[in-house]
Amino acid sequence: MTPNLVYIVLVGVLFAAGVVLLLERSLTRILIGVILLGHGANVLILGGGRAGGTPIVGTVPTEDMSDPLPQAMILTAIVITLAVTAFLLALAYRSRDISGHDEVQDDVEDRRIVVLAERDAMPLTDDQDQDAA
Amino acid sequence: MTFLVPLPVVIPLLGAAITLLLTRRPRAQRTVSLTALSATLLVSLALLMLSTQDGALAVAVGGWGPLGIVLVADQLAALMLVVSSAVTLCVLVYSIGQGLVDGAEDTPLSVYHPTYLILTAGVTNAFLSGDLFNLYVGFEILLVASYVLLTLGSTENRIRAGTTYVVVSLLSSLIFLTALGLVYAATGTLNMAQLVDRLDALPDNLRLVLQGMLLLAFGIKAAVFPLSSWLPDSYPTAPAPVTAVFAGLLTKVGVYAIIRTETLLFPGGRVADLLLVVALLTMVVGILGAVAQSDIKRLLSFTLISHIGYLLLGIGLSTTAGLSASIFYTAHHIVVQTTLFLVAGLIELRGGATALDRLGGLARLSPLLGVLFLVPALNLAGIPPFSGFLGKVGLFQAAAGVGGWLAWALVAGGAVTSLLTLYAIARVWNLAFWRTPNPAMPGVPPAEGSALECVPAVSVSVQGAMVPVSAGDERVFESSAPSSDSDSDSDSEDGPTLLPAMMVAPTIALVALGVALTVLAGPLFGIAESSAKDLIGRDAYVQTVADLPEVGQ
Repeated sequence: MTPNLVYIVLVGVLFAAGVVLLLERSLTRILIGVILLGHGANVLILGGGRAGGTPIVGTVPTEDMSDPLPQAMILTAIVITLAVTAFLLALAYRSRDISGHDEVQDDVEDRRIVVLAERDAMPLTDDQDQDAA
Repeated sequence: MTFLVPLPVVIPLLGAAITLLLTRRPRAQRTVSLTALSATLLVSLALLMLSTQDGALAVAVGGWGPLGIVLVADQLAALMLVVSSAVTLCVLVYSIGQGLVDGAEDTPLSVYHPTYLILTAGVTNAFLSGDLFNLYVGFEILLVASYVLLTLGSTENRIRAGTTYVVVSLLSSLIFLTALGLVYAATGTLNMAQLVDRLDALPDNLRLVLQGMLLLAFGIKAAVFPLSSWLPDSYPTAPAPVTAVFAGLLTKVGVYAIIRTETLLFPGGRVADLLLVVALLTMVVGILGAVAQSDIKRLLSFTLISHIGYLLLGIGLSTTAGLSASIFYTAHHIVVQTTLFLVAGLIELRGGATALDRLGGLARLSPLLGVLFLVPALNLAGIPPFSGFLGKVGLFQAAAGVGGWLAWALVAGGAVTSLLTLYAIARVWNLAFWRTPNPAMPGVPPAEGSALECVPAVSVSVQGAMVPVSAGDERVFESSAPSSDSDSDSDSEDGPTLLPAMMVAPTIALVALGVALTVLAGPLFGIAESSAKDLIGRDAYVQTVADLPEVGQ
């Protein structure tokens, strides 16, 4: 089987665009990036199988059929991507509802520890003092 | 007896469907989920017995042979099934208890039950899966369920933590999917038994690329050091039972996938040394993170990461001794880490917080809680005679058997990690359990705190079930929250100070299971060793799948 150049270029473009979007802070852009990456992966899987006619017995001689397994796998992957996309959209909407934007935020506790580290303070001293922190 | 093999996946999925139909009838939902998970546990036990006696069982779903979905229950898979279903059952009971007590918006139980069962089905599917694509589907099932569970109630904190978690998990799934595409393009199959020969025939460099991509995907899921920073940010915000089951199972599914692919598909690969280095870093960096924390749940999340390093250590050694110790340690760690997160939930209930600076004197307020924390905590730190100690000794022995500076560095790193775990645990003990109680804590001065633990389970469940649920409420909460002021008042008054029996009982059961792992360490190590031999031998697995009938027969 020889690889198809169009597929490979397409996969490359989809992956590149997806990765750039994934590095954004806004969840909506990340979502689009994930969708592009998912498409890229699907095209990659499709390119891994043999090309040919419809894989239904009786329509095409067996040796001219395309490989049906990658197609089955892609269908599964598409369904999964659909579900996850719906969930991410809901998440972005809810995030906008609560905080007015859909940006992926830093972890609060991490920030707190960074601030403590800059001040060179312990998070908590091990004595009886209740107001230690 | 091969009809048993698909049942651990089918039963929870059916249960999920039924509980989804019973959204408005919380009591029926509870019965269905408890029945489904108990049945899963029984089937898993039967599978473990059968696979120990007669070797691995395999089923080609739909009769498609190696082309379709193949489920294989060998000893390793069956052992993981038993431990995971025991843990999920206990956590389910705990979460039911918590739902009845809290009655809070934290646990909309009508969504909780189906999602939890689907999560279980995803985990069992990943364990049983005999081909890589089905493994991917298993991962996706459990991940999507975990997205929902992590953002339950969709409060601001959970949305923030959930976003990070979802994006990171998605990335790992995409890497996994891409790797699958490459493996299929290179070999023309994704069936693990068929891959054994076909991968061996590939050029070395190509194999290395495929192995690296799979390891990267599984490494993110298993929270291996450079890929682990998502975990402590996302896990602690979820409700206690959810965090517990995530901590116990989800990362271990990643570890299981690493064990499978490293032994079956890429044995003796060139990345073994890399795995060892990563194991060392995971252990040390993880535990240093734990030492710096001031919140029990975050601290436990870091010990979780750190102890993944031990599991990788045994895998990286790729000897029978190393693998069997790793398998034993995985079983031990699932139980202990889940127990500790459940206890953290109890601490939150009793002390009103999990931040160490707001706790104190819990040992006097509730001696039972002290015992429940101390036993699994010492077990985690590896104090003899607990199973954590036995697992670590097994790992260190295996490393010493291999020799070389890297193996000895790992032994040293493992010992240091163990001591630092003890330090982190002792710190929690000193701050939360020993010093004078914080006046801001609920129930201080103590009003006979420990006597409250004997609320009979029956009365709790009956009380919760009798409460009418207002039909107009969109999210039907199972407990007394929506209506009946007198009931919810008494609940919220007692809530923080009482430790409800429905939550304490499963925690005790898990502590007991952790101790039982110590008592049964001999037979358990036997199972771990023979499954490690099968893993390294590879032939038994391949033969089991090859014996399946061909398509159309």
